[in-house]
Amino acid sequence: MISVDSITKKYSENTVVDQVSMQFPVGKITSLIGANGAGKSTLLSIISRLLKQNNGNIMINDKNLESYKSRALAKQLSILKQSNHLELKLTVRELIGFGRFPYSQGKLTKQDEVKIAEAIDFLDLGDIQDKYIDQLSGGQKQRAFLALVVAQDTDYILLDEPLNNLDMKHSVQIMKRLEQLCKEKGKTIIIVIHEINFASHYSDYIVAMKNGKIIHSGATQDIMNPKVLSEVFEIDFEIIHKSGKQLCNYFY
Amino acid sequence: MKISQLIILLFLLVILSIFVGVSDISLLNFLKWDEQQRLVMVISRIPRTAALILAGVGMSVCGLIMQQMTQNRFVSPTTAGSLDAAKMGILASLIFIPQAGLWFKSLFAFGFTFLASIIFLKIADRIRYRNVIFIPIVGLMFGGILNSITTFFAYKNDIVQNVNAWMMGDFSGVLQGQYELIYFSVPAVVITYLYANKFTLVGMGEDFSKNLGLNYRAVMNIGLFCVSLTVSVVVLTIGTIPFLGLVVPNIVSVLFGDNLKNTLPITAIFGAIFLLICDILGRLIIFPFEIPIGMTVGLIGGVIFLILLIRQRS
Repeated sequence: MISVDSITKKYSENTVVDQVSMQFPVGKITSLIGANGAGKSTLLSIISRLLKQNNGNIMINDKNLESYKSRALAKQLSILKQSNHLELKLTVRELIGFGRFPYSQGKLTKQDEVKIAEAIDFLDLGDIQDKYIDQLSGGQKQRAFLALVVAQDTDYILLDEPLNNLDMKHSVQIMKRLEQLCKEKGKTIIIVIHEINFASHYSDYIVAMKNGKIIHSGATQDIMNPKVLSEVFEIDFEIIHKSGKQLCNYFY
Repeated sequence: MKISQLIILLFLLVILSIFVGVSDISLLNFLKWDEQQRLVMVISRIPRTAALILAGVGMSVCGLIMQQMTQNRFVSPTTAGSLDAAKMGILASLIFIPQAGLWFKSLFAFGFTFLASIIFLKIADRIRYRNVIFIPIVGLMFGGILNSITTFFAYKNDIVQNVNAWMMGDFSGVLQGQYELIYFSVPAVVITYLYANKFTLVGMGEDFSKNLGLNYRAVMNIGLFCVSLTVSVVVLTIGTIPFLGLVVPNIVSVLFGDNLKNTLPITAIFGAIFLLICDILGRLIIFPFEIPIGMTVGLIGGVIFLILLIRQRS
């Protein structure tokens, strides 16, 4: 389990994450929502040791984040940041192979190859596995990076706006795969997401942030409430109930 | 093009390089060489060819590693101030310990190059506007500043010519007993090969490598060490060879991709081939005189670089 305790991150006088405490449920998809600059991505980076917090503790499987060796942590937790605009000419397969780096340091074993093949299958990349990354469309690229994370095979997967720049079809594809990772492989997924209806439809829990603080958190149906959402985003919401799911209309 | 073909080409060029020169030595008359010819061989031709290979390999690999470390295709020892820093190091050694041998000079050059590379990386890191051309331009400016400081102190101490003579890339002066320092680039290149996978990751960015558990700082420091060592020994034994570290990795990247485990050896061999061709041309064009290597490499490399720039835009 990932639990964070009074995390604070400041840039000079500017407090980006303010005394955040939270426990993220295991084996579920949790969405982090909130306006731009609410501190969601920063929190995600801190949990995944890419940024150092000014204050507070992170526990992963009841062990303090700081006592993890970076390589050991890379087998437990993976993070995919937004905008991986790599210009490197690596093939899809080579890129996914790097997901096995924490295990084999680049010399791929038979087991690594099996995991890579699985990841390629899982994201339907078979046809384009020998193409260079810089030749791919946005949707294919995002799938390739997700495959790298799948090959990394960590219990915790953190994704920072994985749907950024994707059209609806590809967004749905990615979210379905995440759902599958969660249900079939028991992964714990934390995702920063802007499109509220995607969050509503695919996540089990939602954490809402505003000005560096968590202002609401809970099961999806409890957060998908006009009052709560208006408070988070400062615009009006209408919630439409449709076959057990909630949809937002915020076009007023 | 396969790596085996490149090796064959390299081998042919080595033979050619050994037998092209002012004194007429024929491969066919191997058994009939007189003492004079044998001496030319051992003292000049073989050392020159070895130096060409090592400088070609070293500078190309340095360029590749620097490009990975800055995630920028247009960074190289020429466009990051490394050569100017090495020059500054030589100046410092000439001023502080005028009687210093090559060892001291190389120590100074290494130290200055290392420091300058750290500063350049810090600058590149701070530039928010990560335009692909902007960073090498900053590097050129940085090199320009270092260079003007060097020139100022060289002028004050009346050693402008002395310093410039050190910097002029020239293989004709490579003689047995005076060039062996360049062999120090061999361990540096071997280390980069052992770390090839890690440098590929470094090229994908700090966050990306950290996610995969790579000790980013440590790999960067190893890269800095290898680059500084290679650049300083090449500058001291040969002088500066512009564009080599820029052009060769870029050509290899276009042809073979960016997985360093595969492309690093190709870059190394390609660098040696490129430099051998340039030097042999330089020896032949105005035979029996020579065109300085900097000119042939600059010309051929410059044209290729321009083509790459234009392709980048389209």
